[in-house]
Amino acid sequence: MINNTNGINYTNLILRILLYFFLSVFVLYYLLPLFVMITTSLKSLEEIRTGSLVALPRNITFEAWGTAWSSACTGIQCEGLKPYFWNSIFIAIPAVFISTLIGALNGYVVAQWRFKGANMIFALMLFGCFIPFQVVLLPMARVLGLMDLAGSISGLIFVHVIYGIGFTTLFFRNYYVNIPSELVKAAKMDGATFLRIFWSIFLPLSLPIIVVTVIWQFTQIWNDFLFGVSFSEAGTQPITVALNNIVNSTTGVKEYNVDMAAAIIAAMPTLLVYIFAGKYFIRGLTAGSVKG
Amino acid sequence: MSNWLEKHLPKIVLGPSFLAIILFVYGFIAWTAWISFTKSRLMPKYDIVGFIQYDRLFDSPRWDVAIDNLFIFGFLFILISMFLGLLIAIFLDQKIRIEGALRTIYLYPMALSLIVTGTAWKWILNPGLGLEAVVKSWGFTNFTFDWVINPDFAIYTVVIAGVWQASGFVMALFLAGLRSVDQEIIKAAQVDGVPTFKIYSAIIIPSMAPIFLSAFIVLAHLAIKSFDLVIALTGGGPGYATDLPATYMYTMAFSRGDIGQAASSAIIMMLVVFAVVVPYLYSELRNKNDQ
Amino acid sequence: MSSILKIKDVNKNFGKISVLNDININIDKGDFLVLVGPSGCGKSTLLNCIAGLEKINGGEISINNKDMSEVAPKDRDIAMVFQSYALYPTMTVEKNITFGMKVRGISEEIQKKKLNEVAKQLQIENLLKRKPSQLSGGQRQRVAMGRALVRNPKLFLFDEPLSNLDAKLRVEMRTEIKRLHYDLGASMVYVTHDQIEAMTLATKIVVMKDGFIQQIGTPFEIYNYPENIFVADFMGSPAMNLIGATTKKEKDHIKIEIKLEDGSTATLIEKSKLKLPKDIIIGVRPENITENGSKKDSNFQYISSKVDIIEPAGSDTFVVTKLGNKEVTARFHSETDVKIGSKVKFSFNLQKVTYFDPKTGQRIK
Repeated sequence: MINNTNGINYTNLILRILLYFFLSVFVLYYLLPLFVMITTSLKSLEEIRTGSLVALPRNITFEAWGTAWSSACTGIQCEGLKPYFWNSIFIAIPAVFISTLIGALNGYVVAQWRFKGANMIFALMLFGCFIPFQVVLLPMARVLGLMDLAGSISGLIFVHVIYGIGFTTLFFRNYYVNIPSELVKAAKMDGATFLRIFWSIFLPLSLPIIVVTVIWQFTQIWNDFLFGVSFSEAGTQPITVALNNIVNSTTGVKEYNVDMAAAIIAAMPTLLVYIFAGKYFIRGLTAGSVKG
Repeated sequence: MSNWLEKHLPKIVLGPSFLAIILFVYGFIAWTAWISFTKSRLMPKYDIVGFIQYDRLFDSPRWDVAIDNLFIFGFLFILISMFLGLLIAIFLDQKIRIEGALRTIYLYPMALSLIVTGTAWKWILNPGLGLEAVVKSWGFTNFTFDWVINPDFAIYTVVIAGVWQASGFVMALFLAGLRSVDQEIIKAAQVDGVPTFKIYSAIIIPSMAPIFLSAFIVLAHLAIKSFDLVIALTGGGPGYATDLPATYMYTMAFSRGDIGQAASSAIIMMLVVFAVVVPYLYSELRNKNDQ
Repeated sequence: MSSILKIKDVNKNFGKISVLNDININIDKGDFLVLVGPSGCGKSTLLNCIAGLEKINGGEISINNKDMSEVAPKDRDIAMVFQSYALYPTMTVEKNITFGMKVRGISEEIQKKKLNEVAKQLQIENLLKRKPSQLSGGQRQRVAMGRALVRNPKLFLFDEPLSNLDAKLRVEMRTEIKRLHYDLGASMVYVTHDQIEAMTLATKIVVMKDGFIQQIGTPFEIYNYPENIFVADFMGSPAMNLIGATTKKEKDHIKIEIKLEDGSTATLIEKSKLKLPKDIIIGVRPENITENGSKKDSNFQYISSKVDIIEPAGSDTFVVTKLGNKEVTARFHSETDVKIGSKVKFSFNLQKVTYFDPKTGQRIK
């Protein structure tokens, strides 16, 4: 960074103060919605109607949270977010595991075992990451029906795996490409086979990229809405769809506090992952774009 | 036998994924394209009839709104996100003590589902109880901020929420880019007496051209795919004032039972994405092959 | 004489580019073959072909008189040491060395026995529980050699193993490798771009350029009888002087004329029966151009020329002058007192001079 070697320089001091001022303004901008969500969820409807958006709750109540979790209405059902939270878990965990495993093996092949056409295959897979998914919604709906997976959790797992492979392969390939190919040569000379080399040499080295990939995939799949809303039915919807149903349900009184509580519940897992493993998350975000 | 297996194992391992991509990406695109040339309504019909779906599409006032919105939203979203991201990145580059904490705060929106983001901002922009009410309560009784329900301004609320979600990511990209500039060049400039501002504008920012491109591609991609955000924030409304091609397609596919329209709108979306992404991917892959 | 490696008419190409052309090499058991040449000459590719890590497009390679065309690297009874050592980063030194045996299903007792033998031989017994990242460059190199030794192969392959080491370590390890060769009587194929390594380690040298063999021979032959200008220039340090000159055939000798810096011409008399063309290039090593002493042998003829640069190098002093428009380096005694700018008599040992045809680059025999 740029070093200023002056002593107490008033222009610098003023600039510094301005700098921190602007950074604080941005902090407010980014934290405002979170603040509003939390405070609103802890207020009673009465207080919301009569009070100010940005005021702290006068009487903290967790009633909205209880409603959001177990009795909010997502259409005809009024079971709260609980069943849908579990749907998302049952979808995300297998999908993350499978797509990461496949991505690791694919990345290993593309990075270290050149054969004719491998690069072309990789390019085609990479390209597939960039398509707007609208263009596969219709045929996928039909195919899921044909495979008898329409509206099922397994169907959603299937969809997320298929469309996650492009990214996971990219992550692992970029990582494995930096492992010297002489390791593979030495292992070949030692008599190790393709799978043995992966298991004994590459996999032990892969912890950083596994973490990045898992975090990325989990965030993508948990936060997904498009596939969720297109391929699920009332009982199998993921939490994002349920949340939207709660918030946008046209029946009854708008319970803003319940809406906010529900939003926080839906956001909690990925937010927690971000807070505790944030730097790996950022590495994942920038892995494809900067390093390339 | 096992020698043959060993020799071909790499191909065998990559095979299923490759086949899956061929079928579920390219095959599906082809199917959708096919349908877009037919008279399909509720059920697919496979007789090609030409461009009537596209004619209907371009004649539809709702689609016009969607495309207009895409450009307005896309343009503002990308521009403001990049500007804000760059600005914050430059600020953060100034050796701030709490940089780590600040970075965490600026980036956390990216961890949220767009449904959550839309929900939160929908509440904040609520005319009766949200920001409008707060500002009014501070004495500005004539202040109105009812964009969310105003057909002419609703699309800008999507911009506000979208920028909030994505600018942190752009900031992270740019910060990494700012820091990857060769320190020696900067030192040489400082020795030459070049002022800080000029160092940024004449040396650092131009050398970050590839990162600008990456950020642009990612943002453009996000903009074109924007579906979740609109559904949560405005539901496409009021009416269809905040429709985007993504929501148009969804409505046609699952509410109106008009899959011919859904297919054609999806294909148009894909072509727009192509136009942006293909040149970028091509140049990237070519660079990598040269190395 | 038992042939351990036979390379016959081997060709290899990557697409349209030919990287190995008509390679023919034979070595016997106990030989230390060095493949040397500039970057891109094909030496590493040839080594990989011998190892079976790359396929050849023509010709055949036999190890121990068995054709290797269908044989996988692990079955060729060879071991390889890589430039970057290629130690498995997540395994201890012990596991690195025994990995190959483990894969082959060799019993644990034998693994342990061989591990201890090799560790003792290379003096790495105290490093066995460490991981590669905890080792110095020289230690890593020894572990890499240990991994190769433990296989008791018929042929050791080395791919520029010393390039990543600093100068002092490089000299130490070079001696170790030479000692290993002597102790084991093993057959080795060694790739390097450093001609000093080649000269000191090899029993046989193959000089390569652009995928072609330039010359095969013992270090002595390569040094004293280079086949062409490239070999002459590439091998030996400091490099061989290559001076352009013209010839005039006289009755019973050939007059060689060299242009001097001041425009005049110096003359050397070549008495041998060689047929020299009009334009030639004289190749003469610095140690064969000395300070004019009392040698009255007709093989020593002198040229008077102006001293341009003096480089004291401890045991010798290198004196540079300009002959035939080229900078020529001579090797004088370290006690010499020649001064820059003075005209000095440079004594040429014509018995040790090589003549090259400038058009073909080949040595004139």
